[in-house]
Amino acid sequence: MGIDPVTVIAALIVASTPILLAAIGEMVVEKTGVLNLGVEGMMVTGAVMGFVTTVETGSPTLGFVAGMASGMALSLIFGLLTQLLLSNQVATGLALTLFGLGLSALLGVGYPGATLPPVADPFPAAMADIPVLGPILFGHSLVTYLSVVLVAAVWFVLGFTRTGLIIRAVGENHDAAHALGYKVIRIRLMAIMFGGACAGLGGAFLSIVRVQNWVDGMTAGAGWIALALVVFASWKPWRVLLGAYLFGGITALQLRLQAAGISIPVEILSMSPYVITILVLVIMSSDRSRAALNAPAALGKVFHATG
Amino acid sequence: MKTFTKLMTSGLLALGLAAPAVAQDDPLQVGFVYVGSIGDLGWTHEHDQSRLAMQEHFGDAVETTYVENVPEGADAERVLTQMALSGADLIFTTSFGYMDPTNNVAARFPNVMFEHATGYRRDTPNMSTYSARFYEGRAVMGHIAGNMTESNIVGYIGSYPIPEVIRGINSAFIHARAVNPDVEFRVVWAYTWFDPAVEAEAAQALIDQGADVILQHTDSTAPMTVMQDAGVIGFGQASDMGQFAPTPRVSAIIDNWAPYYIARTQAVMDGTWESMDTWGGIGSGMVRIGEMTDAIPAEVRASAQALADSIASGEHHPFTGPLNRQDGTPWLAEGEVADDGTLAGMDFYVEGITAEIPN
Repeated sequence: MGIDPVTVIAALIVASTPILLAAIGEMVVEKTGVLNLGVEGMMVTGAVMGFVTTVETGSPTLGFVAGMASGMALSLIFGLLTQLLLSNQVATGLALTLFGLGLSALLGVGYPGATLPPVADPFPAAMADIPVLGPILFGHSLVTYLSVVLVAAVWFVLGFTRTGLIIRAVGENHDAAHALGYKVIRIRLMAIMFGGACAGLGGAFLSIVRVQNWVDGMTAGAGWIALALVVFASWKPWRVLLGAYLFGGITALQLRLQAAGISIPVEILSMSPYVITILVLVIMSSDRSRAALNAPAALGKVFHATG
Repeated sequence: MKTFTKLMTSGLLALGLAAPAVAQDDPLQVGFVYVGSIGDLGWTHEHDQSRLAMQEHFGDAVETTYVENVPEGADAERVLTQMALSGADLIFTTSFGYMDPTNNVAARFPNVMFEHATGYRRDTPNMSTYSARFYEGRAVMGHIAGNMTESNIVGYIGSYPIPEVIRGINSAFIHARAVNPDVEFRVVWAYTWFDPAVEAEAAQALIDQGADVILQHTDSTAPMTVMQDAGVIGFGQASDMGQFAPTPRVSAIIDNWAPYYIARTQAVMDGTWESMDTWGGIGSGMVRIGEMTDAIPAEVRASAQALADSIASGEHHPFTGPLNRQDGTPWLAEGEVADDGTLAGMDFYVEGITAEIPN
C-alpha cells in the first residue's frame, strides 16, 4: 500500500507551522546580534495563554493575540535583562526557557481537556476538495498562510529596505551602528519582542489548531528545533521556510512510511535534520573565510555604549 | 527541558533535608517519581490519582511527595537520592526507564523500600517490581476494534518497541482476528511516551492509510482530537479520557494502582513488606475497562463484557494456542497458554501481523 504524496505535503505544512513561526522570529532577533535561547519557553507560554484565552472567550483570534502578547511579554524580560542590565545572553535565554515551562504549567492548571471552539478556515471547504491543489493550498488555517507571508515580509524588509539595513548593521557591528547614531538597544529590544510574538503565535497555533488541547510541556522541544533551524538556514528567510518544511516533512513522512508498513530505519530519518545542523555548524566554525555562511558578526556579544 | 517543576520540587526536598531526623511516630513518608506531568490525562495522571486515593485512605498517617517530569537516566538517580536522603520510607518509580537508577539507589539505601513499575530487576531485598497485565485490557479493545472496523484496517500508535507494547499489539490483534478474519493492523512507532504533536501526526498518518479504529499506547489525548475530526473511533489509554466520550472514545483501559499502593504502604507500616513481583490484571482490579459507550452496538458490548469477565475469572487467557509466531513457526499448541516469562520478554509478533518490529 502506497503513500499519497498530497496528504504528506498537506500534513507537513501544518506540522511545520509552529517551528516556522518561531524560527523566523528568532532569525530576526539573531540578525540584530542577539541570541535568545528562550524560544521554547516563549512558545510554551504562548501555547497555554492562547489555549486559556480561547477557552475563556470562545474566540480563537483573541487566543492567537494572547499567545503573541504573552510571548512578547516574556521576551521583554529577556530583553531588559540582557540589553539594559547586560546579563549573559546564553544563561538568560536558558533561564527563560525554564521559567516559561514552569509558568505555563502553573497557568494551565485545570485546563487540560477543556474543549475549544473550532477555528474557521479562510477558504470555503469546497476549495479544499479540489484534487491535489485543494488540500495543499486551501485546506489550512489562517495562521499557516500568515507564517508564509511573514517569511516573505522578513525577506523583503531585511533585504530591500532601509530598516533592514539598520537591523543588519546593528547585528554585524553594534559599535559602528552606534557611532552612526542608531539606537542599538532600542532596535534590539524591538527585534526581541518581534521574536517573542512569533514564538508565542507558534505555540498558540500548536495548542489551538494542531493539538486542540493543553498539556504540560506540549511543545516538547519544538523551540530547540526552531533554534537549530536558524543556523541550518544560515540566517536566510527562505531557507528557514525550506528547513522548517524539511524538518516537518521528515516527521510526517516517516510516520506515514511506518503506517504504510514500509520498514525504514526511523531513527536515522528522525535524526537527519540535526545531523545536517551539526554539519552546518562544523563547516561554519572550520574556516573564517566561510563568513559567507552569514552568521551576524556581533551575535551574542554584549553591547556597552561608549562615548 | 521540562525541568522547572522538577527543580522546584527538588529544591523543596533539599530544604526538607534541614529538618531534624524523623521520630518514630511521625507519618510514613512515601515518594513518587513520575516520567510525565500529572496533567497528562494518561499514565502519570492515573498514578497520581492513585497516590491521592492512597493518601486519603491513610489520612495523617502518611505523607506523600512527588516529582514530575523526571527524565529517565542520570537525573532520575539524582532525584531518587534526594528523596531517600530527605527521609522517604517508601518510593515508587513509575516508568520502565527508571529501572537501573532505582536499583542503583536502592543498593545505597537499604532501609528505604523501592517499588519500580513495569520493570523486572530486583537486585536488592528492598526492591520490588509491579506492573499490570494491560494486555488483558488490550484483548477486549481488540475484540471491539475487530467488530467495529469497516475498512478492516486498525491503526496502532506504539511508543517504543518494548515487550509491554508488543504484548498489547499481539493481544489486540489476536482478538480482533478472532471476530474478523479480514482485519489488518498498521503500527506506527512514535518513539516517545508523550509528545502531543507527534502523537496527533501519527494518528493522522494512520487515518490517511484508511484506518477507522485506532488504538494508542502513548500518553496524551492528542490522537483523540484527530480521531474526533476524522470521525474514527479509539480507546482511552491508561486513564478514562471520558471527556472524549461517546465518540471517538468508545471505551478505555484504565490503570488502577490505588489498591496496590494502599496494600504496599500498609505492608511497610506493619513491617511485613518484602521484595516481590506483582503482575495484576482485570481480575485483581489493577486493569479496568472504561465504560463502553452507545457508539458500540449492544451485542458487541455484551460480548466484550463477556470476554472481560472470562479473562477476570481466569477462564480465558488472552494468549491461548494454537498460536504461531509471525514467521509461521509454532509457538503455542492447541489449548496451551503462554507463560509469564515469555510474555515478560515478548519480542515477536504473532502470525498474521504484517508489520515488522524495528530493531
